[in-house]
Amino acid sequence: MSQTITIDPVTRLEGHGKITIQLNGQGEVDSAHFHVTQVRGFERFSEGRPFYEMPSLMARVCGICPVSHLLASAKACEAIMSVRIPHTAAQLRRVLNLAQMVQSHALSFFYLSSPDLLLGMEADPKVRHILGVAAAKPELGLAGVGLRRFGQSIIELLGSKRIHPGWVVPGGVTEPLSAGKRDKILSMLPEAYAGIQLALDAYKKIADNFRPEIEVFANFPSNYLGLINEEDESIAFTDGALRLVDAKGAIIEDGITASRFTEVIGEAVEPYSYTKFAYYKPLGYPGGCYRVGPLARLNIVKRMGAPKAEKEFVEFKQLAAGPVESSFHYHHARLIEILFGLEKIEEILADPKILDTHVRATAGVNRLEGAGQAEAPRGVLHHHYKVDDDGKMVWSNLVIATGQNNHAMDSGVLQAARHYVKDGKFTDGMLNRIEAVVRTFDPCLSCSTHALGQMPLAVSLVSADGEVLDRVAR
Amino acid sequence: MSPVETDVKTLVIDGKEVSAHAGQTILEVARENEIAIPTLCQLDGLSNVGACRLCLIEIKGSNKLLPACVTAVQEGMEVVTSSERLLKHRRTILELLFAERNHICSVCVSNGRCELQSMGQQLGLTHIRLPYRNPDLKVDASHERFTVDHNRCILCMRCVRACAEIEGAHVWDTMGRGINTIVITDLHEEWGESSCTRCGKCVQVCPTGALFEKNKIGADHPKSPDFLPYLNMMREAQ
Repeated sequence: MSQTITIDPVTRLEGHGKITIQLNGQGEVDSAHFHVTQVRGFERFSEGRPFYEMPSLMARVCGICPVSHLLASAKACEAIMSVRIPHTAAQLRRVLNLAQMVQSHALSFFYLSSPDLLLGMEADPKVRHILGVAAAKPELGLAGVGLRRFGQSIIELLGSKRIHPGWVVPGGVTEPLSAGKRDKILSMLPEAYAGIQLALDAYKKIADNFRPEIEVFANFPSNYLGLINEEDESIAFTDGALRLVDAKGAIIEDGITASRFTEVIGEAVEPYSYTKFAYYKPLGYPGGCYRVGPLARLNIVKRMGAPKAEKEFVEFKQLAAGPVESSFHYHHARLIEILFGLEKIEEILADPKILDTHVRATAGVNRLEGAGQAEAPRGVLHHHYKVDDDGKMVWSNLVIATGQNNHAMDSGVLQAARHYVKDGKFTDGMLNRIEAVVRTFDPCLSCSTHALGQMPLAVSLVSADGEVLDRVAR
Repeated sequence: MSPVETDVKTLVIDGKEVSAHAGQTILEVARENEIAIPTLCQLDGLSNVGACRLCLIEIKGSNKLLPACVTAVQEGMEVVTSSERLLKHRRTILELLFAERNHICSVCVSNGRCELQSMGQQLGLTHIRLPYRNPDLKVDASHERFTVDHNRCILCMRCVRACAEIEGAHVWDTMGRGINTIVITDLHEEWGESSCTRCGKCVQVCPTGALFEKNKIGADHPKSPDFLPYLNMMREAQ
């Protein structure tokens, strides 16, 4: 008799999702899927709005990484305006994006995943949360809170608000940086450096305990996509072009600019999720699917471009001869990116030009179509808009990191389910591990929902001897 | 011999004895005496039309509520400007305004500077009990400098009055009746095609984010509607 195990909702994720695991008559895992269960409709309701409203509209997709949406959206608007923003504005935006990267990665690592990592996958769910971590390892709990505060404070200093700052506008930013604010940011750096060093040391000490998990946590070859600084092949979050590499690390395509994105990236729809599945068109679906985010970024770059992070990067690359494949290592990559973020913020703020007051370019509608891309904490984010002659939105498409990781998450859930669910038997710790596979990707479900239509939902009521007593489907 | 008509009226507002010139409105006299009455459509420098009804007041001896902005003072009036009943009516008026069109403060160009938003806060509005109508209203972005978003219009008619009375162009007017009323330019031509003089007064006097300058969002769009009385003063001086 077949049986469906449903984990609903998947906890410690941003947004609402569930996992279903289908067992066959022998109690073996037949299939497993990760479902995103909401639809938001941002692309639809933005139609008819003036295009320059898009950054603030789109930022409302998410309270965790509104900055990424602000940036991708502002860049798409700038493509419509055909302007190049002032250098200082570009640098200030980079600081804002790095600050968000730090706070979002801190949220993912410390608040959402460290309970599994520091307290154990089998720990009592009653204490398996950030407060449990704070009680058991107070110094790490404080480091996590501190790093998140660091990132959020910078966002607030620059944009006057921690969430949805209105500071990023098409053409640049609304206000220049004052010397006082710059010095305040610089004064927060030493504590942040100490916090991330503590976390990196702690993580590297315990990572070996998770060898069994590393083996089955979405551990398979795949393609990887991410932004790269084209000058020195170092990591880039805000500007640069996309690079796609294959499972061996060889470049499939380089220099994918925002305007070329839709030429090479397609989106497939599956009936069980509101999130689409992005793939590289020349390789088709699902062969052209790829991973994005911290692991992908570290797999595509040649160097970090900041000394302390570079040292950690070299150590990270020792994990595998080619690309690092297990999604468990997303955690490690995330910590290295936090360190990089701190170093880069310090470097950018050291340039006196950062206080320049020319931070905004203006223009009207000069093109009827524009696209922008940036790295969100969880991976590549792409906004693509079309407007009419008056600058009103007629069409938009958002390709979100979580959609680009969707296929890998789905396959990862299946891989882990096959490993942990045997003869139809499982424990809470095993199910938590399957959830933890999804957590490694740090998906943001609220911004990933795009496929509109009726999603089949099936709930099975199964008796103790495995007989399906009732089945509700819609 | 009939008694001489005096120009001075005496009345009581909120228990305070006040004097006024004949022809003054209750709103004017209340403000002169530092008694606040909430308003939205009223703006110094423009004529009064009593469109928003927020300034409703009670007059002893009458069960009818009257708008203070267009009701002239009378000898011996006893006026009440704030009571539970008035507050209830004013809040309901605001709820109706919010429910009527699509007011999404968080993404509005006037967020933090909107008179409708501040009035909601001032009158302690926490919920809209009425179902939102969510009408499908268009944005007219055809003008080179300005945009009108009917979703945010509360039909206060300030733009219509400023254009006709101050600029003298009378480009703005209204079309339709009741809940279907919208402000239009000329004979419902697109704003960009209309006889607009591009002075921008309508944008400055708009209390919400219905009229705004192009390419401006949120923080960078302050409005200064308080220039109108000075314009009038300078004209009269000439």
